[in-house]
Amino acid sequence: MATESAAMFDTDELVLNMGPQHPSTHGVLRLVLRLDGERVKDVDVVMGYVHRGIEKLSENRDWTQIILLTDRMDYVAAATNNLGYCETVEKLMEVEVPRRARYIRTILAELQRIASHCLWLGTHAMDIGAMTVFLYAFRERELILDLFEEYCGARLTYNSMRIGGLPLDLPSGWDDKARAFCDIMDSKVAEYEELLTNNRIWLERTRGIGVISGADAIALGLCGPPLRGSAVNRDVRKDEPYAAYDEFDFDIPIGTRGDTYDRYLIRLEEFRQSIRIIRQALDGLPEGPVMGKVPRLLKPKAGETYHAIESPKGELGYFIVSDGRATNPYRFRVRPPSFCNLQGLRPLVIGHLVADVVALIGTIDVVLGEVDR
Amino acid sequence: MLDTVFWPLVKIVVLLNAVMISVTFMTLLERKVIAWAQSRLGPMRVGPYGVLQAFADPIKLMTKEDITPANADKMMFTLAPILSLVPAFVVFAVIPFGDDPLYYVADINVGLLFLISVTSIGVYGIILAGWASNSKYPLLAGLRASAQLISYEIAVTMTLVSVILTAGTLSMVEIVEAQRETGWWIGFIQPVAFVLVLIGGLAETNRAPFDMPEAEQELTGGFHTEYSGMRFGLFFLAEYANMIVISAVVVVLFWGGWLRPFPSVGALALLDYIPSWIWMFSKMFLVLYLFIWIRATLPRYRYDQLMRIGWKVLIPIAIANVVITAVVKVLL
Repeated sequence: MATESAAMFDTDELVLNMGPQHPSTHGVLRLVLRLDGERVKDVDVVMGYVHRGIEKLSENRDWTQIILLTDRMDYVAAATNNLGYCETVEKLMEVEVPRRARYIRTILAELQRIASHCLWLGTHAMDIGAMTVFLYAFRERELILDLFEEYCGARLTYNSMRIGGLPLDLPSGWDDKARAFCDIMDSKVAEYEELLTNNRIWLERTRGIGVISGADAIALGLCGPPLRGSAVNRDVRKDEPYAAYDEFDFDIPIGTRGDTYDRYLIRLEEFRQSIRIIRQALDGLPEGPVMGKVPRLLKPKAGETYHAIESPKGELGYFIVSDGRATNPYRFRVRPPSFCNLQGLRPLVIGHLVADVVALIGTIDVVLGEVDR
Repeated sequence: MLDTVFWPLVKIVVLLNAVMISVTFMTLLERKVIAWAQSRLGPMRVGPYGVLQAFADPIKLMTKEDITPANADKMMFTLAPILSLVPAFVVFAVIPFGDDPLYYVADINVGLLFLISVTSIGVYGIILAGWASNSKYPLLAGLRASAQLISYEIAVTMTLVSVILTAGTLSMVEIVEAQRETGWWIGFIQPVAFVLVLIGGLAETNRAPFDMPEAEQELTGGFHTEYSGMRFGLFFLAEYANMIVISAVVVVLFWGGWLRPFPSVGALALLDYIPSWIWMFSKMFLVLYLFIWIRATLPRYRYDQLMRIGWKVLIPIAIANVVITAVVKVLL
C-alpha cells in the first residue's frame, strides 16, 4: 500500500539544513537532514566551523604555553583539559606531582565536571522546551565560576594548572566556600530532579529515544556518559586512576537501556558523585607544596606517550611525541571525547523526528570547540 | 440608529484598544512571571520595574524594517498575519465581560458556535504563513499547525457540547445566567470538561507544552521565522489575544463568568457591591497566570505525541463525557 501511494504521488525528500546557525546545535554544528515528513531518513554531520588548528599551533609553542591552548578546546571544561595535558607531559617527563597538588587538581576537575554538566543539563532541557531548568542550572554554574575566579582569577579559560603541579595554592577560606557550595548543590540537584525526572513530558521525550546498544557504542568509540548509558562500565577515573582518584570512594553510574533518559540519569548521578569526591578531597586535603621539582626549561627526553583522563564529556586523551631536542612537542594530538561521541549522532538520529534531533544533539553533549580544535 | 450602529461601534473601538493594550501588558506579565519563576528579575530598564517595556516592545516592532523574502508569495505572505489576527479580535464580540449589556458587544443566540467557528479560521494564518514564506522551517511549522488544529478542535468542540447540554443554551450570556440560577458553576459539575478545554486551549493557542508550530529550539521560531517588524508583531498580537479569548471562554463556561463566588449563598451578598467586570477580569487573570506558569514549568511535547494524546485520549474522554452528560440530563 505504501509503495503504491509512493508511486502514485510524486514524493520527494526534504533536505533541511540545520545549522551552523541554529539555536539548538550548540555552537556551529551543521546537520544536513534528509526528511520524510518530519522523520529523519539520513543525516550528514558537518563540522569544522571553529577549527583553529590547535594541534598544529601546539607544535610551535613551548610546553607551558600549550596549557593555555588546551583551555580553548572544551571551553566549558577548561580545567579538565589542563589536567589531561599536564598529566601527559608529567608522564612523559616522569615528574612527581605533590600529593596536595593532586588533591586540588581532583577538586578542580570535579568542580569542572559539575559546571560542565550544569551547562549540559540547562541546554538539554532547553532544547526539549523546559526553559526554567536552563536558568536554574546556570545559577549554580555561576557559583562554580566564582570559586574558580577566586582560585585563579579567570572564569572560563582558567590556565589553572602547571606541569608539575599548580601555579597557586588555594586561597584561605576557599575550602569552606567549596564545602558550602557542595551543600547548596546537593539540594539543587534534587530541585532539577523534581522538575524533570518524573515529569511525564520529559519521560515521553527521552525514554526510548536514541537507543544504542553497548556493543554499538564501543564500536563507534563512544565514551563518557553516552557509553555508560549503554551499560558499559568504563570510566577512566576508576579503570586507570589519575590525579588522586584512587584515594576516594565513589560510584560510577551505569545505565540499562542506553536511551536519552538513561544518559540524563547518569549525568545527574554524576553531580552527586562529584560532590562526594569534592567533600572527601576537602576533608583529607594534605599539607605541603603544590609544585613539584621541575626544571626551569622543559625539554622532555625523546619519546612518545598517551594519557587519558575522564573529562565531563568522556575520555579525553593526549598523545604527545617529543624529539628530545626542542622545547616544543614534535607531535601533539588530542583524542577529544566530543568528537568521538559526535560519531554516534548519525546512527542515533536516523529514524527519529526533527524534534528528537535537538534532544539527541543535547544528549551526546558536544562542545564544538573541542570537536574542531 | 443610535442603538444599533453608534453604540456598538463605540464599544468595538474601546474593546479593540483594550485588547491591544492588555496584550502588551500580557507580554510584560509573562516576562515578569517567568523571570520570577526562574529566579531573575525580567525587564527592569524601561520605566519603574520595567513597566513601560509594554510600550517599548510595540514601538520597537513598528519601527523595525519589514522584510519580505524575495522568493515568498507576496500576497499570501502579507495576508497571513492579518488572517491570523482578525479572528482573534472578532471573537471578543461575543464575550460578556459583565452583567450589563454595556459590557459586551453582542449577545447572539449561537454565541458559542460563533466562537468555535471564528477561532478555527485563525490557524489558516499560520498554515499560510508557513507556506507563503517559501522556506523549510516555516513549512514544517505550517504542517504541524494544521495537524495540531485537527487533533484538538474536535476534542474541544466535543467537550463544549457537554457544557451546552449542562447549560441548555449556546448564548454566552445565558450560560452565565444558567450558572447563576442553578447556583453551581459549571466547572464543579463538569470538571473533566474544564480540564479538556484547558488542555485544548493551550494546544489551540500554541502555548507550551504544545508550542510545536513555533518551537524555537527545533524550528527556529516556526511559522514566523521569515517575518519581521510589525508583521511578526501581528502574529504576536494574535497569539496573545487568543490566550485572552481562551481565558475568557474558560471563565464564562466553567467559572461563572462575571458572577461572584458562591452566587447562591445569600450571606455573601456583600460581594455584589464589587462590580461584575472585576470578578470577570480577576478570574481571567488567574487562568492567564496558569498558562504562564505552565510555560515556565513544562518541557515541550513532540508533535506525534501531541496527536496521540489528542486522538487517543482527549477525544474518547470528550465523547464519553458528552454521553454521560446526556444520559444524566435525560434521567434527571
